[in-house]
Amino acid sequence: MSNETKQQASYRGSHVQIVDDENTYVWPKKVQPEIKKLIAKYPKGREASAVIPLLKIAQNTFDGWLPTGLMNLVAETLSMPPVRVYEVASFYDMFYTKPVGKHIVRVCTNVSCMVRGCYKVLSEIEDELGMKAGTTSEDGLVTLEEFECLGACCEAPMMMIDDHYHTSLTGDKARELMKRIKDGDAPAEATK
Amino acid sequence: MATKQPHTLKPEDKIFPNLDGSGDWTIKGYQKRGGYKGLEKILKMKPAEIIDQLKASALRGRGGAGFPTGMKWSFMPPAGDKPNYLVVNADESEPGTCKDRDILLYDPHTLVEGIIVGCHTLGAKASYVYVRGEYVDEADHLQQAIDEAYKAGFLGKNIMGTKVDVDIHVHMGAGAYICGEETALLESLEGKKGQPRMRPPFPAGFGLYGCPTTINNVETVAQVPPILKKGVEWWTQFGRPNNHGTKIFSVSGAVNKPINIEAPMSISLKDLIEKHAGGVIGGWDNLLGVIPGGSSTPLLSAEQCENVLMDFDALREEGTGLGTAAVIVMNKDTDILRVMSRISRFYKHESCGQCTPCREGVGWVWRLMDRLSQGDGTKEELDQLFDVTKKIEGHTICAFADGAMWPVQGVLRHYRPLFEQRIKEHAAKKDIKVKSA
Repeated sequence: MSNETKQQASYRGSHVQIVDDENTYVWPKKVQPEIKKLIAKYPKGREASAVIPLLKIAQNTFDGWLPTGLMNLVAETLSMPPVRVYEVASFYDMFYTKPVGKHIVRVCTNVSCMVRGCYKVLSEIEDELGMKAGTTSEDGLVTLEEFECLGACCEAPMMMIDDHYHTSLTGDKARELMKRIKDGDAPAEATK
Repeated sequence: MATKQPHTLKPEDKIFPNLDGSGDWTIKGYQKRGGYKGLEKILKMKPAEIIDQLKASALRGRGGAGFPTGMKWSFMPPAGDKPNYLVVNADESEPGTCKDRDILLYDPHTLVEGIIVGCHTLGAKASYVYVRGEYVDEADHLQQAIDEAYKAGFLGKNIMGTKVDVDIHVHMGAGAYICGEETALLESLEGKKGQPRMRPPFPAGFGLYGCPTTINNVETVAQVPPILKKGVEWWTQFGRPNNHGTKIFSVSGAVNKPINIEAPMSISLKDLIEKHAGGVIGGWDNLLGVIPGGSSTPLLSAEQCENVLMDFDALREEGTGLGTAAVIVMNKDTDILRVMSRISRFYKHESCGQCTPCREGVGWVWRLMDRLSQGDGTKEELDQLFDVTKKIEGHTICAFADGAMWPVQGVLRHYRPLFEQRIKEHAAKKDIKVKSA
């Protein structure tokens, strides 16, 4: 079966499982000013608008994913019913409701990238990391995903490592970037 | 066939002269290129005057639907008890489309200036720019541009003594194609799942937080100040009537030099590919088909590509659309059926799950496309597939399902013989297997 038919997940959110978690969390001091600033962008009484940015901060500040306890913290901060926060977390592709690797590698496999050989690049990445797309490595270092169009079509094929784009990829360049992740030197800025 | 249009713009006619990223994208570079010059004069114009000029310019939205911007802006009521909002759609996710990304990265001040003018015209004091969650570096550039504009006095209260107040907030999404649909975007901005709203009420009456709201694409907003500064006549010299202006075309796929290029509207597709994007890999004769405006627009066959012009009306006449002007080129090395099946998978993944025909149907279509693209099916199923697409199209709250069905209809229209050939080959293979077993 080809790579692209394996991914069976159906429409938004339908495949997402939420991990129950009894822990309670508090925002670390260092992110509190940022949270305040974010909430202030929206009119009074519309604090729920900040749910996506806050879930992002929650994910980045803790373990890269969102156990229910952490989502409850976001709900409490924004005076939202927790279920509304779970709904949002399960709807968007960039939120994870189960544990993920330290680094997230998203390889675009949509049309423009596909025409320019992204599946070859993906198989080189899989080979270099010794893992398949859609999984997390056993040592918890990398989560590798096939991702939908990342909007850098004129620089295809491309991928995203954590927060940054790496474009005009070749098999060798992709391997090089994977090696850096393995060596603990994950790229912290975009490459072209 | 209409007369041939020029294929290049003079550097001074470009609205996004730094689109290739070769110059300075900060406020210094932007002002050197003439940015913010004449802004004060525009802010002293009456909103009605600005709207009249936009109507005369025939500027049509650059986000895909091509709705006349002047008319859209005229729907906004004057600010009353409730605030008015301008929301900018930078949730660029249509496969093939990557123009707004380069605007945000390399010419973000064009957008900032456009928002200032937009807010003034629409009676809005605040604007939200909804940037897709993956555009982290892009949003950083935009935020820096906004900070610079505040510092230089182009944002905030009483801008340049004109009594116009504008604040811009960057809001980031978190990965969902559907949030590019304007009402889904509003839902997402309000902190909910991005599921489109029923219309009416339309956003101009009941939009963000229930207040009058106009939602525009990045490119559209950025194009407004130059039209007002240089005049309607300057703008309408480009492109055919009803399709005027300059436009960024994103040419990707099987070309020698994939590129985001600002060119006159109504440029011929052949010129666009050959003169700007280095030509088709393997030569023009190696062309198989082109998706002219992002993944939702039906394919053009190689034959159609010969003469077609790139504008709203010409492409509609060919049974497709300009969409976001994201041109995806496929040559004869491309397995076009596999590509189209991949597009169907994309729509299945992105369906928001709200309407049954889309939630169930898009997945169904993908599974059948996947099978048929490998020849595993029957000729009757090709008809069945087409029939199902017609039953999904037009039966949902938003245009997502239509956009998911059009490419399937397009590939069935132009490449049916290829499907049939695969079905035959597959059946023959099966036959051999049965015999040898």
